[in-house]
Parts: sequence; structure tokens; C-alpha cells
Amino acid sequence: MSIQEIQEEIMDEFSMFDDWMQRYEYMIELGKSLPLIEEEFKTEENTIKGCQSKVWVHAELKEDKLVFTADSDAIITKGIVAILIRSFSNQKPQDIIDADTDFIDEIGLKEHLSPTRANGLVSMIKQLKLYAIAYQAQLN
Amino acid sequence: MIDVDKIRLDFPILNREVNGKPLVYFDNAATSQTPQQVIDVIVDYYSNYNANIHRGVHTLSQEATDAYEAARKKIQEHFNAAKPYEIIFTSGTTHGINLIATGFTSFLKKGDEVIVSALEHHSNIVPWQMLCERTGAVLKVIPMNEDGELVMSVYDELLSDKTKLVFTNHISNALGTINPIETIIEKAHAVGAAVLIDGAQACPHVKPDVQALDVDFYVASAHKMCGPTGMGVLYGKEEWLEKLPPYQGGGEMIDEVTFEKTTYAGLPHKFEAGTPNICGGIAFGAAIDYMNNIGFDAIAAYENELLSYATEKLLEIDGLKIYGTSTEKTSVISFNIEGIHPYDIGTIVDKLGIAVRTGHHCAQPIMDYFKIPGTVRASFSFYNTKAEIDALVDAVKKAKMMLG
Repeated sequence: MSIQEIQEEIMDEFSMFDDWMQRYEYMIELGKSLPLIEEEFKTEENTIKGCQSKVWVHAELKEDKLVFTADSDAIITKGIVAILIRSFSNQKPQDIIDADTDFIDEIGLKEHLSPTRANGLVSMIKQLKLYAIAYQAQLN
Repeated sequence: MIDVDKIRLDFPILNREVNGKPLVYFDNAATSQTPQQVIDVIVDYYSNYNANIHRGVHTLSQEATDAYEAARKKIQEHFNAAKPYEIIFTSGTTHGINLIATGFTSFLKKGDEVIVSALEHHSNIVPWQMLCERTGAVLKVIPMNEDGELVMSVYDELLSDKTKLVFTNHISNALGTINPIETIIEKAHAVGAAVLIDGAQACPHVKPDVQALDVDFYVASAHKMCGPTGMGVLYGKEEWLEKLPPYQGGGEMIDEVTFEKTTYAGLPHKFEAGTPNICGGIAFGAAIDYMNNIGFDAIAAYENELLSYATEKLLEIDGLKIYGTSTEKTSVISFNIEGIHPYDIGTIVDKLGIAVRTGHHCAQPIMDYFKIPGTVRASFSFYNTKAEIDALVDAVKKAKMMLG
């Protein structure tokens, strides 16, 4: 599936809920399915800055696609990372670079995009894209 | 006695909703809300007498100057400073601390020692570390215990004739502990050291008497005392303020300027370069009037009642731990629930309309001591109610259910 298709699928899933509590509970559930980063990769350099909670992300190129693993010590944050990684993992670096993330707003998590949240969703997106840029450079 | 229903009418923001729920504002230690009486003063200033001060001969300038200097006098009286010019207007507590830390550069030499408390906000740590880097002075730390109290026996050991400066907060922002500043000041003076007290968290709850304390410098922020942001006060003893060099150069702070030499203006203008926050100063005066009209004794009594009530109710929640358990504390509760990240709790209670602070509260050394990433902090003011505390307790229970 393309990033666009995955994001549409996520939006579909979230459209079933009519209040924030259900959305958050679902996000927490999604956090549990996050492909976890190996302990050895939980290093300072894999830590995403600008988060109140700890977030680690690791990227690996498998053939021509980037595979992400991650973790967080806060479960809402873990849910957010899981949603992002679901849409970006197993995709070509160039597609990740080009992808937009408006679906975050669509699924009712807009408040997490605000810079005051300090949960670093913005930093997470930036970091995932930086990985993609770095690996794209390798592929060229 | 506090008539909280009547007081709440003074605060228009308390009527608003957040996420479809009535706002419960428990982030008072970060910033307090503003009563209509202070808002009116701000509107009146910009509507009727906005002008630059101290120089203009025209009527508006004189009115603005009079109001600004009347605020200084009011603040002098509030803190019981001996002279109005010992009150320096700043942009806030951080500005006041930096002014003193920079000024002390020429007074310190390699091997001198300065003492800080383990309970400090980063703003009362970093400027002194920078001072130590500039001068070669050494930073010593008074440790804290499990209750979040300073270990005073270690303070005694740290003090020596090498000690030049001691700085600590009056009340801890992260834990609410009231520090024994009278003893800290007395003992520092006994070895000839100067003392700066960061009163940012204390001034919303108590009325410090700088002469009785015999403190050398006392700093505070208006925005934690029902006043505007970007406004604060530095009290300094006249002899110190005379000795210290100016902090910033510019207009207002000069006596005469030629390209060969400039002479500086006297106190307080020497430290007030540039056009100040005129409206902010006047509004700060109005905020102090507002709080004094309610009365600090009544405020303290009521907030203590809220603190006891909230402590009792929150501790009923299984797995909830409160950090900062000194018997001497103000209405701040820092807590965590076992196995749940504070950020998660903060996010859920915000969805329920409740504003609390999560994170390290700009006091990372305290979090390191407890080996935690942060806490959830609820801080109460005289306009909060027990019903709001009930709402917080319910919200925390709900968060625990969702997250646990």
C-alpha cells in the first residue's frame, strides 16, 4: 500500500469513533502494535529531541525501502509514533520525503501538532523525514 | 475569610470552556490569571495616557511617569524596602537574577565559592554557572532530602570565608517547599556572603519583608501575582546597587554621554536602560493592590485548606505518589501514578478541561534526585475551589483507568 492509502485506512478506522476518549483508547491500542526498537538502538543519537517523554526511533534500509522501529516511555506518545510509523515504514525514502501528514489533523489529533505540546510530534515527523533524506542520498 | 464565589467573578477567564468542559485552572505556579481590576488598568493606560516616561514635558508623559513611579512606591511598600529606588523594574525574575549574576563578575575571583540550593529552577542555576565560568568561582550545592527539604547541616559545612554569594528560592516551584530563608540569610551574612532570594513562587502566597529578612537581593515576577507577563521586580540593598555596574547600556540609564566618557544615572535608572514596560509596571502595582485587598493571611489560610483537601483526595488514588512532602509547603502538589508517564496523565486531564503542568518544571536536578522523568503538578490559587479539586481527582482516576 502507498503512504496515501495507509493514511486513508487510518482515517477510516478513526472515523468510527465519535468522542475523544474512544480515539485515545484506540491510539493507545495502536501503540501496543508498534514495531519495537531493539534495546541496543535506544541510544542518545536515536532519541528524538523536543519531547517531554522519551522517544527512540531507528531506521534501516531493506532493499529500497525504509523500515522504522521505535518506542516511547509514554503510552500516548507511543500511539502517536505507531500511527506515524505505520504510514511511513516499508516505503521508499523519496515517498516518505514527499508525503504530507495532514491526516493527523483529520483523525482528531491536531492538538499534538501544536508546538506547546512538547510531545514532539513535529520533531518526530522531521526526524523520520531526515532519515529518509539520508537514505535517499545513499541510494542516489 | 475568602469569599471564593465573589472572587471568581473578578476573573473573566474562569468562565471559559476547554474541550467542551468548564476550565479548571491548576497551573498557577506557571502563571496566575488576571482579574478584571488589572485588565481595566491596562486598558485605561493604552486608552488614556500611553506615553513615554521620565523625559516628556507634555501632560500624557507626566501622567504616565506619575503612575509608573506610584507603582514603584506601591511595590516598595509591599516588600517593605527602605527606599523606592531600591526597587528596580525588570522583565521578570530571570532578568533580575541575570542582572545580579552579571554584575558580580567583577567582584569574584578564581577559588571563590557560591552556593546554590538543590531545589532551584534552572533560571536560578544557569546564570550562576555562567558567572562561575567567567570568574573561576566554584558552585556548591545544598542537597535536599526525600521530603524535598534542604539539608541544612550540609549548608553549614559548605559555608566558609570563601563563600561570596548564596542563592536559593524562597519557595520551590517544582515541589512547593518553603525554604528556611531567614536562617540561610543569617548564616551567609555571618561569613560575609551576599544572598539572593528567588521569590517567584513565594510572592503569590506570602508578603516578604525584605528589611526584616535583611536579604541583599530579592527577585519576583508580576505574572505569578495576578499581574502581566514581561514584568518583574528586583529589590536590592542600596549599598549593593550602588556598587554593582549597570547591566545594559542605553537611554534612561545615563547622566551625561560624550564619545569620550559616559556617566551613569543614579538609582534606580542605572539599571533600567531603554523604554521600560510602562503599562506592565502600572498593572503590577494594580495587581499588588488587588492581592492586598484580599489579604495575604486570608490567601494563605484558604490555599492551605485547598492543599490539605487535595492532598487527602489525591492520596486516595491507588499508586499515586506525591513528591515534596515537607510540612512547610505551599499549595503545589507534584505527583505521579506508578507505571504511568506524567505526560500521559497531563494529556488526558487536559481533554477533561483541567490545566496542570507536566514535565521537569525547569528543575531537572530535582527529577534526577527522585529518578523520575517528571511529574504532574497541580498548583492552586485563592480563586480555585474544592469542587475543582474533585474534578481533578475524577480526571486523574479516569486517566489512570485509560492508561493503566
